[in-house]
Amino acid sequence: MAEKIIMLGNEAIARGVYEAGVKVSSAYPGTPSTEISESLAKYEEVYTEWAPNEKVAAEVAFGASFAGVRSLACMKHVGLNVASDPLYTFAYTGVNGGSVIVVADDPGLASSQNEQDTRMIGRSAHVPVLEPADSQEAKDFVKFAYEISEKYDTPVILRTTTKLSHSQGVVELEDRVEVTDKVYERNLRKYVMMPASAIARHLVVEERDNKLQEDGCNFPINKMEIKDNKIGFITSGIPYQYVKEVCPNASVLKLGIVNPLPKKLIEEFISKVETVYVFEELEPVIQEQIESWGYKVKGKELFTKQGEYSANLLRKALFGKDNMEFNKKDAPNRPPILCPGCPHRSVFSVLNKLKIHAAGDIGCYTLGAVAPLGVIDSTLCMGASISSLHGIEKARGKDFIKNWVAVIGDSTFLHTGVNSLINMVYNKSTGTVIILDNRTTGMTGHQQHAATGQTLKGEETYAINLAELCKAVGVPNVVEVNAFDVVELEKIVKQAVGGNVLTVIIAKAPCALLKGQKFPYKCVADSEKCKKCGMCLKIGCPAITKQSDGTVKIDETMCNGCGLCSSYCKFGAIQKVEK
Amino acid sequence: MDKLNVMIVGVGGQGTLLTSRIIGKVALSAGYDVKISEVHGMAQRGGSVVTFVRYGENVCEPVVEEGDADILIAFERLEALRYAHFLKKDGVLIVNDCKIDPMTVVIGANQYPENIIETLKDEHKVFSIDGASVAKSLGNSKVLNSVVLGLAAKYIGFSKEQWLSIIEKTVPSKTIEINEKAFLAGYEN
Repeated sequence: MAEKIIMLGNEAIARGVYEAGVKVSSAYPGTPSTEISESLAKYEEVYTEWAPNEKVAAEVAFGASFAGVRSLACMKHVGLNVASDPLYTFAYTGVNGGSVIVVADDPGLASSQNEQDTRMIGRSAHVPVLEPADSQEAKDFVKFAYEISEKYDTPVILRTTTKLSHSQGVVELEDRVEVTDKVYERNLRKYVMMPASAIARHLVVEERDNKLQEDGCNFPINKMEIKDNKIGFITSGIPYQYVKEVCPNASVLKLGIVNPLPKKLIEEFISKVETVYVFEELEPVIQEQIESWGYKVKGKELFTKQGEYSANLLRKALFGKDNMEFNKKDAPNRPPILCPGCPHRSVFSVLNKLKIHAAGDIGCYTLGAVAPLGVIDSTLCMGASISSLHGIEKARGKDFIKNWVAVIGDSTFLHTGVNSLINMVYNKSTGTVIILDNRTTGMTGHQQHAATGQTLKGEETYAINLAELCKAVGVPNVVEVNAFDVVELEKIVKQAVGGNVLTVIIAKAPCALLKGQKFPYKCVADSEKCKKCGMCLKIGCPAITKQSDGTVKIDETMCNGCGLCSSYCKFGAIQKVEK
Repeated sequence: MDKLNVMIVGVGGQGTLLTSRIIGKVALSAGYDVKISEVHGMAQRGGSVVTFVRYGENVCEPVVEEGDADILIAFERLEALRYAHFLKKDGVLIVNDCKIDPMTVVIGANQYPENIIETLKDEHKVFSIDGASVAKSLGNSKVLNSVVLGLAAKYIGFSKEQWLSIIEKTVPSKTIEINEKAFLAGYEN
């Protein structure tokens, strides 16, 4: 019997990729997709890398496919926006070796900036989209995706969602099957997308869509369960599990392929069931297409477009009440916060003191938007801090940005921030950019990047020097500073925002959660000396709490000894001491 | 075949993921279908985190619904209060007796509720343990999760040996002995 183990949805996807004989994978980390590449890196047979961004990753996957091997790119939903340029045309060229792009959507916004629906992008790019509903299917569907990628000459999107990617389920392992490399032949009409070729390829794409719509009806990844002929559900992915939980006796058409839709199969199902509900998270992608074919189904008029679904949501919509009675108690919120010893806190404490506004970016440092630090005014997408600041200056002039900076992490800077910086140089900005260089991709769980000196596989490599990079693109003033040196940092920031030249400040200190770090110090508060002024509480460190008498106490197990609190204590009541 | 819904709550960074994975592996080794739902990403940074473990003959949904948890393991008092309504009427609540102020309390926007465990005892079967003190007395305050898991294991079921064999396979090899000791300290509490 095959070995059965519990696997995270993302680990199961990686296992499927391995078993499918894939040789090349490229990705940029992004919750909830990150663990796919991390798991895949453990298989020696698969070349796996972190790319600086998703566009690069998708192009690497294209190149590997073009060269004749099976390839993978993975990313979170918003990463697909970055990769959409190659995606839309990859759909035209088609593949040589099979190619799959795994895209992880985040309904419910566990760790994202929007709730976009990848199925819509698959549809507009004319790329087939498959959607598994548990870990076992995640592995099986990936392998099937490679089969149809090669059979129909198309890249294929495997869409997952947070609940699938970050749930564990039982998976049966199989062996890897090596796939013979496809022959490489120069083929301008297929791979050089100049207008004459692209015009012809567009016809091929349309034929392929039609064929997939027909053939998809017989794909084994769809499942039709006819039970009760009064009520039926058309669904896919994780929402299928909620349907099974709430209506175990209903008829169900569980779609494995969600783009293009298997029209005849859906029509057959509708003909067998009186009332059909379409139960899909986010956009009414399936519902609207079915309605456009002239059928009446129920869907978004009952089920929201927002957030993550649940069995209770379905129960309430169908029966008007919850299954269980429960009495929720009031409890103060516990939003996420910067960790004890986080270098971002130090930088934000200085910005807060100087009453500086920051155009923000994507990473842990988004948490600098909320109290008590409250310095970030905008968060849009990867790299946007720098270009937004440029836009603000061009709109309102130098005077307006004399108390503004852009803040961006090291990994995010290399992702797309550097392009924005080039724009600032080229178009004569005078703003101040702070790179929060914590030597890792922090929020997604500590991935290497092009400036850390290590690859995804753990090999040594060249580490890009961020200061030299900024100088090389022409930034006139580049300053490096220890992120915890608040005195120096304050001086540098004041000079930069008051000055008239574009400045990049690189605030350096490793993420407190990076492995292998030693924390030889701890901070201790002396209640005798404490004047209850609350200055140390303004930095928002979770290790510091106010006691009932108004003095502060520092939790020894939480404190990482960064000493930031002691820098703000005017009365010497907090000492940084050796552990 | 039995079905059990376990929910584990705590503060990001407290190591709730490892606890849920051990429970899941024990259930799998006993022949059950298992699903575990985890939280990654931003919430892990000191936020309120929730994981679910469900096992039985055939598990569909990876999450546990409100009012449907058999066992709720809370690694922090306020988190116990926040999620107690997930418990079934006769559900069991295991609380690690520890207090971590959320930022809303630190900055004075909220008060940390008093007498949480006593309040919860009015409605639920509550068993609490000061995991950190027990772990510290064993020589390593970091194994408090195993202490709490040990206490919870008594109410989840399976044999002591089944638990120990999975702990041995799951925790880092250098920490097997201390984790097993910690588990037993909770189990025999």
